[in-house]
Amino acid sequence: MPVKTDAIGKQWPASTYEVGLEKIREYANAIGASNPVHHDRETAKSAGFRDVVAPPMFCVVYSSPAVGPAVLDPEVGINLATMLHGSQEFVWGEPVCVNDQITTTATCKEIYEKDGMGFYVFGSVSTNQDGAEVVRGTWTNIVRGVS
Amino acid sequence: MKTGGSSASPAEPPRIDLKPGESIPELKVTPDRYLPHRYAGASGDFNPIHIDKEFATAVGLPSNILHGLWMMAQVARANAQLADGDPRALKRLSIQFRGMGFPEQELVVSGTIKRVDGDRVVVDTVAAQGDNQVIRNAEAELELP
Repeated sequence: MPVKTDAIGKQWPASTYEVGLEKIREYANAIGASNPVHHDRETAKSAGFRDVVAPPMFCVVYSSPAVGPAVLDPEVGINLATMLHGSQEFVWGEPVCVNDQITTTATCKEIYEKDGMGFYVFGSVSTNQDGAEVVRGTWTNIVRGVS
Repeated sequence: MKTGGSSASPAEPPRIDLKPGESIPELKVTPDRYLPHRYAGASGDFNPIHIDKEFATAVGLPSNILHGLWMMAQVARANAQLADGDPRALKRLSIQFRGMGFPEQELVVSGTIKRVDGDRVVVDTVAAQGDNQVIRNAEAELELP
């Protein structure tokens, strides 16, 4: 069955995530980010941050509520059982700190078929409460056996 | 943006020689058996292929597998070492997932400086467990303070 490409250009509703102190600490512990700026308020402030700052890859936590529904959308039609995470890119802007409100919008950038595999490329853009961009993501999922 | 503060410590580690072709310090980490469960909780990704060995083997995998984005976080961390772990340094990271990673096996992230342009440094990185390269063609762009 060839890939459906109707969803190219589709944009999903924005999702807002409020950043909490313990969530940053929990995430930093899980990835081994031991720099005290991810754990301790005073250290973070004396290093010039507004509050405890998230490790860059914390972007997956606040982006997922926007990107997840795009990947699962029946209009996109991904067969999850045969899906692999193919590649990933993030471009970071303003650091993300405790109490930030991060709003993320996901779009479907490309769907194409190559060598019997379907490639589904999603873009996400996240901004903070001041409108500053904090991260831009490109998520490429590969589905095996589409033709 | 309220940044610009100094994170200088009294005992500065020697600066890495930032020249194309030079290696960055290796990052070695062995995820324990329950790491995928902690990362699932931290990230919200509870896909059973990561946390349920029985489920994973039933769908044809050798075992439960590491979250790809946890492995990518290790690549990010290896690159951030060039800036003493300063989270402002990493400006871009682009990677390709090329293999499955497993708990209880050492993950080694190694990298080579590709380009230096003023305070911008581009690093090529690979993450592997033994001969199994799980992340390849990883390119990180850092802005060093």
